[in-house]
This record gives sequence, structure tokens and C-alpha cells, in this order.
Amino acid sequence: MNKKMDKFWNRKRKTCFVIGVAGAYLILVLAAGLWMSPERYGVDYNAKFTAPCLAHPFGTDQMGRDMFFRSVKGLSNSILIGILASSVSSFIALVFGVTAAIKGGKADGFVNWCVDVCMGIPHLVLLILISFMMGRGGKGVMTAVALTHWPELTRLVRAEVLQIRSAPYVKASYRMGKTRFQAAKEHMIPQVLPVYLIGVVLLFPHAIMHEAAITFLGFGFSAEVPAIGVILSESMKHIATGKWWMAVFPGLMLLLAVVLFDLIGENLKRLLHPNSGNE
Amino acid sequence: MQNNQENALEARDISFRYDKKSPWILEGYNLKLSVRERTALVGPSGCGKSTLSKLLSGYERPEKGEILWKGEPLPKTGYCPVQMIGQHPEQAVNPRWKMEKILRECWDPEEELLEKMGIEKEWMKRWPIELSGGELQRFCIGRALGPKTEFLICDEISTMLDVITQAQIWQVLLEEAEKRKMGMLVITHNRSLAERVCNRIVEF
Repeated sequence: MNKKMDKFWNRKRKTCFVIGVAGAYLILVLAAGLWMSPERYGVDYNAKFTAPCLAHPFGTDQMGRDMFFRSVKGLSNSILIGILASSVSSFIALVFGVTAAIKGGKADGFVNWCVDVCMGIPHLVLLILISFMMGRGGKGVMTAVALTHWPELTRLVRAEVLQIRSAPYVKASYRMGKTRFQAAKEHMIPQVLPVYLIGVVLLFPHAIMHEAAITFLGFGFSAEVPAIGVILSESMKHIATGKWWMAVFPGLMLLLAVVLFDLIGENLKRLLHPNSGNE
Repeated sequence: MQNNQENALEARDISFRYDKKSPWILEGYNLKLSVRERTALVGPSGCGKSTLSKLLSGYERPEKGEILWKGEPLPKTGYCPVQMIGQHPEQAVNPRWKMEKILRECWDPEEELLEKMGIEKEWMKRWPIELSGGELQRFCIGRALGPKTEFLICDEISTMLDVITQAQIWQVLLEEAEKRKMGMLVITHNRSLAERVCNRIVEF
């Protein structure tokens, strides 16, 4: 029986299982936050600073708001921003990366220069600058996070396209009568797409952390919006008086979400890479 | 016309360098190859033999001069009648494809040929990383022997093989070349191999 189980749980299945569970949790949090009625984390002055109990598993804050529902809503907001940032940044990265690799010359130089400039400025400073310029709030955070996460992925896409373009098997494919379109479809896209997708997934935790970071520093969402960064910066005021639950649980949830996204990315990498994909 | 048949593949005054600043690798080089004979190209390392084979099979284009196939410029698109087999089979196969798909990328080799090449059936279901260089090379050769291949350039194809496999592969290649009147250009460091396989030797 045990042996049978071992056979069933080969690495591919295990990896898929991990991806499935992590993905399900994150989608659940996102959906729960999207369709949660604001009353769930409404103000209730009768229940100020309640320590974690059955009615409030994560306790309540100085205004009696339920920390569990606030955290879920906050995390859901963060994931939403993560999705937005990843899609915008990955689109920029795809366009820049492919252009640089295929056009070469001046276009390549320009893209590399942009990447260097963007990476040369400390990321957090850039985030704060853009967010501040856009007038803080949700719009500021979203623009800042969406516009600053493309450089690493651009480099990755560029390198990948450059490499595959000059691969001997692609050149051989042309000599065997394949058209550019066929070669792109059969050789290039299957090679570049997985790297790109993994890059997008691994962008997520960055985006979420940065969203929380600028909000924590006060350049992001305003105080009434349930966001992990807002929750954490508020709880800092109360942590000295022993309200530990206000910081610990939202912090753990943020950490969990980030770790899970990272786990999905790493496992996808293992699954899609040819040298480890078929183990 | 007769002359064109004689000199099926011709390099006329070709000059080539990998980029504008690097020194010339080939300068005003001329070579005439016939489909009726097998030519060996021997020369020291790094003198441009591989570059020449890339030019002749259309992987690279000469900066000056031209490559002619039966009197016409070598076709740029479509199946190239001049096929090259390289010295690094592990780079010449897509690591994401199973061997079967790699072998059948452009034609369907018959069982008999595969058997003669020593390609075993069970290899077909494997991935390239699961085969050795010599095993991969047999697939690369099999892949290049399509019906529309009229000239074969072998750039050090047997250096990574053991002696018995070398003999086996060359025997198949020679047989095929005889059968379909296919010309060959063999690039090698091994002079005895060149003398054995080819009927003309060109010093680079």
C-alpha cells in the first residue's frame, strides 16, 4: 500500500498538488475579499481591543473592527494590485524584451539603458516618487507598483529570445524548410512562454510586498481602506501596549501569501523546465 | 548545363567575417563540389572549415561573393537541398521535444534506415537529455537524410563516437550517398578517415 502511494506521489504530481493548494488558497482569499460586505469589518466600539477569541479569531483593533475580516479584505486588495502590476509590468517587459532581442542595435541599447536606469534607482524610492506624483491613494499605489516591476523580466525575456534565436536547432529548422511562423510556433514560443509565465508569477510577491511597504510608509492607501500596509502601520502604535494580535496575524497572512506565490513560481519552474520537468 | 551538373555546389569568390570589425575568416575563397564525388576538407583547427560549411549550407551568408547550387543562388527559404550535420548534436536538437518528433521534423525515415543507423525503437519515446551524444548524432544524421537532400555536409560528425559506431554510421552514409547519388563534403581532422571515405581531398 505504502509503495503504491509512493508511486502515485511522484514528483510531478507532488508539484502539481502544491501548486493547486497554494493557488486555491490565494483565489479563495481574493474572492472572499471581493465579495465581503463592509459590515464584516465595520466599527463596533463595544468590542475595542478584544484579544483573539472565537467571535474574533484575529482579535479587534482600537475601533472594534474585526481583524480577521480586515486582514482578508486587505490581502485581497493586495492580490488585486499584484495581478494588475504583474499584467502591466509583464506586458511592458514582453514588448521591450522581444523588441530588444529582435531589432538589436539601437533599440537594444535603448531598452538596456531603460532597464539600467530603472534598476539603478532604489526600488522603494522610485515607488514613493511615482505614488506621490500620482497623488497617493489607490491610484498612486497601483501606478507605482505597475510601472516599476518590468526591468528584471525584460532582461529575462530578452536573454531568452536572444538565446533561442541563435540556437542551432532553430537554424536547422529554417534550413529544413520551416517558415519563420512555424519556427516561432514550434520552437520559440514553447521555450520563452514558460520562462515568461514563471517571471510573471514570481513578480506577484514583489508587487504585494511593495504595495504593503509604501502603504506602511504612508504613501499609499489612506487610513480607512483595509490594506495590509495600513493595518500594519496602525498596529505599530499599539504594539507597545501589548496588542500583539494586531500585528502578528495580518503580518503572518501577508507572509503566507508571499511565500505561497513564491512556491507556485518555483514549482512551475521545476515543472516547465525540460531538465527537471519529466523526473 | 553539363557544367552546372558537374559543379553542383560552388562557392564563388566568397568573403566572410562574423561582424564588421573582426578580421576576415575567408577572403575570396573558391570551391567547386560535384554531386558525383565525396570531397574531404582537411586543415588545421580554427582555419574556417566550419564557417565554410555553414556558408555552403546557408546557415550564414557571405559578405562578398555567392554560393551557387546548380548554377542558381542557394535557396533562402524552403527545404535546402544542401544539409549540414554539425559537431554538437546536443545543440542541434530541441530539448523540449521527444526524439520521435525531432527525427520526424521534416520527413518520415523508414524503419530499415533507422535499423541500419542503430537507432533503437525505445529511444523514440525519450527526451534528448536522456541520450548520449553519439546516440543523438544518429538522430541528427537520420533527420538530415530527407528525400530532398541532394548534398550533405558533415562537419566533424563522428569525433564523439566510438570507433565501431563510427564505422557503422559511415557505412550507412556511404550507402545512402551511393544509392541516391548524393554529393558529400566531409570535414575532418582524421586523415585516414578522409582517405577511406572520400575520393577527393582538399587542403584548406
